[in-house]
Amino acid sequence: MPLNPDFIGKTYPDTPPYAIGREKLREFATAIGDSSPVFHDLDAARALGYSDLPAPPTFAFALTMKAMAAAMFDPELGLNYALVVHGEQTFEYQRPLQAGDEVVVKSFIADIGSRGRNEFLVSQADVVTLDGELVVTNRSVIVSRGTAA
Amino acid sequence: MNVGDVIASSSVKVERINLVMYAGASGDFNPIHWNETVATQVGLPDVIAHGMYTQAQLGRLLVEWLGDPGRIVSFSVRFSAPVVVPQDGGARLELQATVAAIDGDMITVALSATCDGVEVVKDAVATVRAA
Repeated sequence: MPLNPDFIGKTYPDTPPYAIGREKLREFATAIGDSSPVFHDLDAARALGYSDLPAPPTFAFALTMKAMAAAMFDPELGLNYALVVHGEQTFEYQRPLQAGDEVVVKSFIADIGSRGRNEFLVSQADVVTLDGELVVTNRSVIVSRGTAA
Repeated sequence: MNVGDVIASSSVKVERINLVMYAGASGDFNPIHWNETVATQVGLPDVIAHGMYTQAQLGRLLVEWLGDPGRIVSFSVRFSAPVVVPQDGGARLELQATVAAIDGDMITVALSATCDGVEVVKDAVATVRAA
């Protein structure tokens, strides 16, 4: 079933505030097999000027994906989650996210289209602190396999 | 440092347990990343790794080289082929980072990831501060 093009440009409400925790970041670093001291050892992080542990560069996606879940599970969009694969992913950083940050995600659907039998959905999500500081911009292309009209 | 220099490389074994851990840590519980029944029902050869797991491995390569994630300005990947992770034996990712351009204190790093000789990412690139 094709995706609903009416969703192009749709913005989503800010996510509830997410408090980034030190142990969550350690868990994430461990899950990706990253033993770099800066992701585990407070002294190593502080020596680089961080006030707490910084996040690995792809951690932001764990936050932005939740923001996009509202869209992905909206029946009006017509996305079949099982047919979805991740097509492209871009991050632009003002600085790393770090433990102690409390952030919201502001997201919108930038584009919906098709290439051959596959459809794609482009979303942008900004990770912003409660003080309004933009930290990471996330742009994702997800592919809906075989659903083009 | 010169354009064309290989600055980091790594060979990473990927097993089902790694995908389960990544699912838990990231919150991405799409069953195609851990349930082969679902994966094959939707036309995949077997369970596949999260694209973000592959990008995370490239991020790890970058941070191991840089020492500080704060030097990464941007980081982009296009996923060009799935990383198929069988229950027995898993998969192996071969990763490499190469200097693609140097512009003042900004370095463009070209990244590659292959699995069984197939490029699983294309146009993978990071811009990093030289120091």
